[in-house]
Amino acid sequence: MKSNETVNGPDGDQDVKDTSRRNFLKQSSLLTAVALTPGTAVKAAVMHVDEKIAAVFEKMPLKMEVNGKPQKLSVEPRSTLLDILREQLDLTGTKKGCDHGQCGACTVHVDGRRVNSCLTLGIMMSGKKITTIEGLANSDQLHPMQEAFIKHDGFQCGYCTPGQIMSAVACIREGHAGSEHEIREYMSGNICRCGAYPNIVNAIQEVKDGGQTV
Amino acid sequence: MKQFQYICPTTQQGVLDVINKPGTKIIAGGTNLVDLMKRGVTAPDKLVDINHLPLKSIISTPKGLYIGALALNSAVAEHELVARQYPLLAMALKAGASPQLRNMATVGGNMMQRTRCGYFYDTTMPCNKRAPGSGCGAYEGVNRMHAIFGGSSQCIAVHPSDMCVALAALNAVVIIAGKKGERRLPFTDFHRLPGEHPEMDNHLAANELIVGVEIPNNHFAANSYYLKVRDRQSYAFALVSVAAALDIENGIIRHARLAMGGVAHKPWRLFDAEQALAGKPVSEDSFKQAAQLAMQGAKGYGQNAFKLKLAPATIAEALKHAAGLA
Ligand SMILES: Cc1cc2nc3c(=O)[nH]c(=O)nc-3n(C[C@H](O)[C@H](O)[C@H](O)COP(=O)(O)OP(=O)(O)OC[C@H]3O[C@@H](n4cnc5c(N)ncnc54)[C@H](O)[C@@H]3O)c2cc1C
Ligand code: FES
Ligand code: FES
Repeated sequence: MKSNETVNGPDGDQDVKDTSRRNFLKQSSLLTAVALTPGTAVKAAVMHVDEKIAAVFEKMPLKMEVNGKPQKLSVEPRSTLLDILREQLDLTGTKKGCDHGQCGACTVHVDGRRVNSCLTLGIMMSGKKITTIEGLANSDQLHPMQEAFIKHDGFQCGYCTPGQIMSAVACIREGHAGSEHEIREYMSGNICRCGAYPNIVNAIQEVKDGGQTV
Repeated sequence: MKQFQYICPTTQQGVLDVINKPGTKIIAGGTNLVDLMKRGVTAPDKLVDINHLPLKSIISTPKGLYIGALALNSAVAEHELVARQYPLLAMALKAGASPQLRNMATVGGNMMQRTRCGYFYDTTMPCNKRAPGSGCGAYEGVNRMHAIFGGSSQCIAVHPSDMCVALAALNAVVIIAGKKGERRLPFTDFHRLPGEHPEMDNHLAANELIVGVEIPNNHFAANSYYLKVRDRQSYAFALVSVAAALDIENGIIRHARLAMGGVAHKPWRLFDAEQALAGKPVSEDSFKQAAQLAMQGAKGYGQNAFKLKLAPATIAEALKHAAGLA
């Protein structure tokens, strides 16, 4: 019998495992003592418990390229790319709106792909090339999309704008700016409280139709 | 967010060796997991980044299409083979989330994203899924988004994926790796209904890893449609969505596949309606009858009662589009 009713036989679960968190913490505080002794640490690493010892060190090294510049950082694994850009690298052009992937204010490019930096763990960016709004202009020369946003009044308060512009550039590069409808659909990940949408669409259409390389 | 340890194994064995340990979680795109961690809904001690495993391929096989668990939602949606042979999947993917999120979200992560609702996210509220035994806030509460099929008094949350609705309709197979080797599970058996254990969304064991999905060859490419009804036109979860695929010959339906999103704890296949459509002529009447049949056993919980009307209308409309009548 074909049916959707397979309630029985749970084989496993993701969150049930979380209950023994306390055990792990107990274990890792024990390991703190071990880790502080270099000799022991080396031996432990050989014994394949190296990853447990790593747990007691809060920060980890991270190498990535940001706007063409190599960066060597030390980050907590829980830091998002957004927070690292803003707080460690002082690149405050990228904005924090919702911090939950719902607004697009934090949009940056990772290896050429637009992503939400608020849901991206920085530690996972090792070896990647990041481009933020600060990296778009060619020294004093604004990027064509920046020019177009100014010309078409593509913003009011401006808070969503860096994310809009990063997304707009990607939208054209991906080949998703073929019509007003397509632009609206492929810009839907960027919310604008001020409702500058019609002007944003105009700016993107102009850059697309201008045929410049973006 | 609570501190955690981060590791990044480079082999499948390396991942399998560690994921069974309590408090350990896999991270792929992070779009669901990081969100839940920020809200304190889940707080792993250790994250296992699987992005260095070679599981990104999208390839055609003699039997159909193989998609690796780490293929990005955007990569699958834009893939030429998918567009040509499995347009239903491309349409469903493009209806999900936003371009940015689809650039991060993986196929495995999309399947494993939590079945959830507002009460699951709000740690000050009861939720049997988040805190077993605490009660279901939605059952008599704010339940406009909730299930009309397969719910229990324990939980009426819905699985939010669009991609999974298409994969259920296309009879995909999930390929799972564990300590003892690989096993294959029909897509429709992967997710589960809440029953007495809403804390479990699916049948993947703690020591298992999704490595990919396979979609068998089919004759639906010319007549497929994914229709998603939502509060705004884009970048919103489904109120109701329908994946419809028809195999039509000389105006007669040879086979039909139908699945719904936004209505149950799992992608909801409409087996009875599919059967009823087989052998019927392509017509609005056939579609309306099938839609009515699909609603047997549906149940509203108050605010979501509108879905009892919206769902059959959406089924009929999706079928019309698939058949080229709309
Ligand atoms: C604002 C917003 C809107 C959204 N809208 C939609 C929408 O409209 N439609 C839709 O379908 N989705 C939507 N989503 C959900 C999105 O599609 C999922 O978050 C995404 O698909 C998850 O994939 P991921 O790779 O990022 O998973 P992760 O967050 O990395 O992981 C999710 C879960 O899967 C597990 N996991 C990941 N890979 C594997 C594997 N290979 N084997 C075993 N376990 C694994 C992880 O341990 C984790 O528990 C939305 C998300 C957000 C934030
Ligand atoms: S701040 Fe990242 S999407 Fe809103
Ligand atoms: S310009 Fe104000 S939010 Fe967009």
